[in-house]
Amino acid sequence: MQASPNPELSVKVNAPAGAATTRENAASIPMRMRISKLNFYYGTKQILFDISMGIADKRVTALIGPSGCGKSTLLRILNRMHETVSTSRLEGEVLLDQQNILAQDVTALRRRVGMVFQRPNPFPKSIFENIAYGPRINGFKGPIADVVEKSLRNAALWDEVKDHLHKSAYELSGGQQQRLCIARALAVEPEVLLLDEPCSALDPISTAKIEELLVELKNLTTLAIVTHNMQQAARVSDFTAFVLTGQVIEFNPTPQLFTTPTDPRTEAYITGRFG
Amino acid sequence: MSARLRWRKFVSNFMLTMTGVCAVVSVAILFLILGYLVVNGGKSINWAFFTQLPKPVGEVGGGMANAIVGSAKLLLVASLIGVPVGFLGGVYLAEFSGAKVASVVRYAADLLNGVPSIVIGIFAYSMAVLPFKQFSTLAGSFALGLMMIPITLRSTEEFLGAVPRMLREGAMALGASKWKTISTVIVPAAYRGILTAILLALARVAGETAPLLFTALGNRYWSPGWGQPTASLPVMIYNYALSPYEDWHRQAWAAGLVLLGLILIINILARTILSRGIAVPRG
Repeated sequence: MQASPNPELSVKVNAPAGAATTRENAASIPMRMRISKLNFYYGTKQILFDISMGIADKRVTALIGPSGCGKSTLLRILNRMHETVSTSRLEGEVLLDQQNILAQDVTALRRRVGMVFQRPNPFPKSIFENIAYGPRINGFKGPIADVVEKSLRNAALWDEVKDHLHKSAYELSGGQQQRLCIARALAVEPEVLLLDEPCSALDPISTAKIEELLVELKNLTTLAIVTHNMQQAARVSDFTAFVLTGQVIEFNPTPQLFTTPTDPRTEAYITGRFG
Repeated sequence: MSARLRWRKFVSNFMLTMTGVCAVVSVAILFLILGYLVVNGGKSINWAFFTQLPKPVGEVGGGMANAIVGSAKLLLVASLIGVPVGFLGGVYLAEFSGAKVASVVRYAADLLNGVPSIVIGIFAYSMAVLPFKQFSTLAGSFALGLMMIPITLRSTEEFLGAVPRMLREGAMALGASKWKTISTVIVPAAYRGILTAILLALARVAGETAPLLFTALGNRYWSPGWGQPTASLPVMIYNYALSPYEDWHRQAWAAGLVLLGLILIINILARTILSRGIAVPRG
């Protein structure tokens, strides 16, 4: 049902090629994750205000907004990476499959909710060992080479690296390294994959490849992506949340948000009047 | 050209020359020592030096086999004491402790590192010699091991701290616990730096004399086991160089050369380790 995204960079905001071609009703899609009445603080400074939204199952949900609006913080809460900052404090509820993620074992949660970061961060190991790392630490005992191949294929990297799996991951280009990191995350078969501006350090061609990949990955997993690039959100996502100064201003199916925004601030942002 | 400009050019050239001269002087000192050792030690070094015990006073010849083995034993046990304590302490400092504890421990380690080695020797004497009424290899190792702790601790902490934060997050996002992240990603990413630092710490204590003077003492014969006084190269050099005998002076030079060779080998080993394997790119 999905058109493949246009790798050219000429996609118009009001004609999102990668987004749902039929208008999806937010109510008809089951939500894999649910955030309700979320308030978040670093020390005494409140970063997020009363956020309620969902992450649709087997879809791409984009978080857009100007720098410093809190969209990355919101994403990192979804697999509790915010806990690396000791002064952080959270109120409200985040559910994964109707279960509160804050009440779960954090390592088990992160195995189910994977993450890809702004800059490629492969481990100083071979390509093979990078992919095998996740399954191994989670006690995988089966044929690891199969998992590696499958993950690399799913990340559209297999053909480029199959002949030198035992070379250092740092010998790959930036775009390949980022796809390696996606493959590494996929190797533990996460139910949700979070991507924090995964293309911000990449060139346009690598970006196009990753965008194409994200649309493919919808068949495997649920995706949430933070991006400051509105065109990217329009190209790859099915739902978009517009975040401004720590609040979700609007959360709607992507075509609707980009063509008929309900909030004047959303319209001002997507038409380039600020940000 | 104005006088002012000429003056500035003169200052510039003068300073350039001065820095160059000082750089050459520092290198020259090293090569002077090296050359002196090679010339004097080279003349005296022979197979017997490595295989024979010291001859009684008055007899020419003999070697320092017992001191070479003694030094090796001392360094081995010193590493067994200094490396685990320093390494694990460094891991704690870099990964677990709060900023306050870390700064206190760091400061204490720096102080310990600055304690004169003779003082370490006295401390080891009162802790490991007096209670047993016995000079021993173990007491000497204890003193050297103490000296290795702060060096290992500080460098472990530094190299672990230099591992990019995003590598940690990458491992944690895959469901790795804190200890798993440290043991499978952080330490492997930093191990070459840490291992190099450990080898350099070993090289540093290998040449220490003062802490051994009244712990391992010295011995003109083989030192069986770990509970007897033992000969070691630095103490042997110290004793032989102060002696009135020509032949002993020769042997002291030879011992100096062997010690320097040993330290050189450790250094080269450290550099080889540093240049192998996968390095984490900076930035």
